[in-house]
Amino acid sequence: MEGGLVLLGGGNGGGGGSSGVSTTESAVLSKVEVVSEACSYPAETELELGLGLSLGGGGGGSTGKTKAANSSWGECGRILTAKDFPSVVSQRTNNGGPSSVTVSGTKRAAESVSHDSGSPTGVSQVVGWPPIRAYRMNSLVNQAKAQRGDEGDSGIGEKDKPKDALKKKLIYNGKQTSSATVNEKGYLGFVKVNMDGIPIGRKVDLNAHSSYESLAQALEDMFLRSANSLEKEPLTMASKLLDGSSEFVLTYEDKEGDWMLVGDVPWRMFVRSVRRLRIMRTSEANGLAPRFNESNDTQRSKPI
Amino acid sequence: MESSELKRSKDSVNSCESARRSSFPDEVLERVLSLLKSHRDRSSVSLVCKDWYNAERWSRTHVFIGNCYSVSPEIVARRFPRIRSVTLKGKPRFSDFNLVPENWGADIHAWLVVFAAKYPFLEELRLKRMAISDESLEFLAVSFPNFKALSLLSCDGFSTNGLAAIATHCKNLTELDIQENGIDDIGGSWLSCFPESFTTLEVLNFANLTSDINFDMLEKLVGRCKSMRVLKLNRSVSLEQLQRLLVNAPQLAELGTGLFSQELTIREYEELESALSNCKNMHTLSGLWDATGMYLPALYLACTHLTFLNLSYAALQSVELAKLLAHCPQLKRLWVLDSVEDKGLEAVGLNCPLLEELRVFPADPFDNEIVHGVTEAGFVAVSFGCPRLHYVLYFCRQMTNAAVATIVQNCPDFTHFRLCIMNPGQPDYLTNEPMDEAFGAVVKTCTKLQRLSVSGLLTDLTFEYIGRYAKNLETLSVAFAGRSDWGMQCVLGGCPKLRKLEIRDCPFGNAALLSGLEKYESMRSLWMSACNVTMNGCRLLAREMPRLNVEARGGMPHHLSLLSEMLGTRQTENY
Repeated sequence: MEGGLVLLGGGNGGGGGSSGVSTTESAVLSKVEVVSEACSYPAETELELGLGLSLGGGGGGSTGKTKAANSSWGECGRILTAKDFPSVVSQRTNNGGPSSVTVSGTKRAAESVSHDSGSPTGVSQVVGWPPIRAYRMNSLVNQAKAQRGDEGDSGIGEKDKPKDALKKKLIYNGKQTSSATVNEKGYLGFVKVNMDGIPIGRKVDLNAHSSYESLAQALEDMFLRSANSLEKEPLTMASKLLDGSSEFVLTYEDKEGDWMLVGDVPWRMFVRSVRRLRIMRTSEANGLAPRFNESNDTQRSKPI
Repeated sequence: MESSELKRSKDSVNSCESARRSSFPDEVLERVLSLLKSHRDRSSVSLVCKDWYNAERWSRTHVFIGNCYSVSPEIVARRFPRIRSVTLKGKPRFSDFNLVPENWGADIHAWLVVFAAKYPFLEELRLKRMAISDESLEFLAVSFPNFKALSLLSCDGFSTNGLAAIATHCKNLTELDIQENGIDDIGGSWLSCFPESFTTLEVLNFANLTSDINFDMLEKLVGRCKSMRVLKLNRSVSLEQLQRLLVNAPQLAELGTGLFSQELTIREYEELESALSNCKNMHTLSGLWDATGMYLPALYLACTHLTFLNLSYAALQSVELAKLLAHCPQLKRLWVLDSVEDKGLEAVGLNCPLLEELRVFPADPFDNEIVHGVTEAGFVAVSFGCPRLHYVLYFCRQMTNAAVATIVQNCPDFTHFRLCIMNPGQPDYLTNEPMDEAFGAVVKTCTKLQRLSVSGLLTDLTFEYIGRYAKNLETLSVAFAGRSDWGMQCVLGGCPKLRKLEIRDCPFGNAALLSGLEKYESMRSLWMSACNVTMNGCRLLAREMPRLNVEARGGMPHHLSLLSEMLGTRQTENY
């Protein structure tokens, strides 16, 4: 039964229901390499496949529509995994020393060998690793930030009786919680980021940034400048997300459900109201904000 | 249509029927079978003969579907006419770690539509890793007048508006359990949707929501639900508010506090301490966000009968933990952050002789600036003090083969051994050898092992060991490990009870994938990502196994969705 490539179509038609078809992804051919650059396995010829990313037979319908709007980034139809992002680790290290991790920004393990603990540093930023659920990840990040902010009263004291400690402390009837710092820094933590044409979203920690520039830089690194990108065509995106020269713009959905262009409001106001981010094709970002509309037509240049 | 298994047993039908006529009326058989709870036992029972198959299907009230794509709701409804409780699992586990794209599927709605027609008296729905929209929640709320229990874990697609619909319409609700989900938390007003006349709630868990709720409404709700036994608050609830709630609900068996940090007066502190210690039935404690040594002592008196302590959101230091554990002699399950370090784990070994489960989560998984967390020493210390330990989840930055050998020697009864050495592909830090012998020791010594997660630098030898010795293994998680197809082939060729296999970033290719054809018949699911399998390999697999759901993307197949164990027989209908 050739329905073997059941994949995402008929095989699941009667199954547990299908989700809505995503209109940006589609059943378009795309090329993929299966070989990890970190290992030396025989290279496979590149594969072509036709897939939709949604389940339940919706794949076919959207094919025609999105085929027209082809871009180097569109219709990847594949999952981005660790291979697409800065390389994680060479699995076949020599037996001489602890494996080193080569990821931008992390210390190499070799540097910590001399410590008596001997533990290599660095868990690299591999997608989905270490395997901790997103909710927990959020909580941990916020906790770490709150504690670093509260260094003054860490409360780790070796006091024997808490009551003694209380006597020494300022006594008041305040109803407020002492979590002002936490709330100020926001329990927002990670927000989802999706980019048009890429099926798998990422999450970015807003607490790690204090300006739009910093956020945009992080997103650009995350999505647009993967070192091991398997795309054959060179990315034309030396340009930035925020200044309109890129073929993508950065938008966000606020608490009211409206989609806005990122950058219009003060940073802290943005952090409080953002629900999620989307890196949108410039061509689709019409009428998002007055500022955008006012700009001249050159900013709406069509992507190739 | 009958499966081959049923055909085989047809020979025994005659003898079965004659036996029936002489001893067992149908009603008696159904009555007896209705006492069977385990779905595996029920599956076995259904295979005995046709009469038993029918008696079983008429008496089953709870159905468990481990993979929502293995069967359709129509088939379920046709076979089991009297279901009151459904448990459904959807996406592959790696979706928890962002390895599965949005809109993958596992949408509950089609199931709800069928249930509304076939099971109007549905009472319970427990979902894990399913996509559920607010519209679906509303549909659920209005379609089932007897609806009692909703539990959502790792689901997404809904917001607090959906919860509002549940609170508004479900007049008989006893359980609302919203665990770690990708929920869109718009606000806390959903809680205020419970009507004033509503008193039946027994389980309320909103610990993982972030928005503020109306405390007055919560206080009234807790006050009038006298049967409430599980209450898990979110961090917007302060210590003082906690005290007010506890005063009205001393019967609580499971408590999740809110934020455990606030400036309290002495009197407020004492009131809190008193309210906590009045909860004589409390056996589970969680929450404790931002808990510090300052206020933990308020818990001491309440911990006497505690069996499950979840400190995984409280970054305690070792001394604080040690002092707390001194008051928890009955502890069986403990979840902590690695901020407690090895010293804290030593205290676990010293104070908790009855401990059966330990989970140590990393407080700062990505911080490379300092050396911190737990090491092999902490794990070893626990193993010496807690011989009954059988479930462990341990995130660490270094491990040795010798340490693991010692650990399993001390605790040979492991059923779940999940070790995550956080640096991928890291060897034994003392000998620089692969960690093969560690996991070899685990599978050789722990004969009851059901679930194993491996990590560190591993060659194919690890998988040889697993295939050869892990006779009871059902779930295996592998990442950044192995050398060649041989590794995966060993696992697929051994491990007679393997049900779930998830693999990422390993050098296993088509030969390995295709070596498991026979195995996949009896498995629930296989996940492979970032391995060396190609699209052609998947095509071959799909062709050889037409009844499998094979899903592949970009040459890196992600989820081969296999038959669920629900039916206990082969899937008989194609869909």
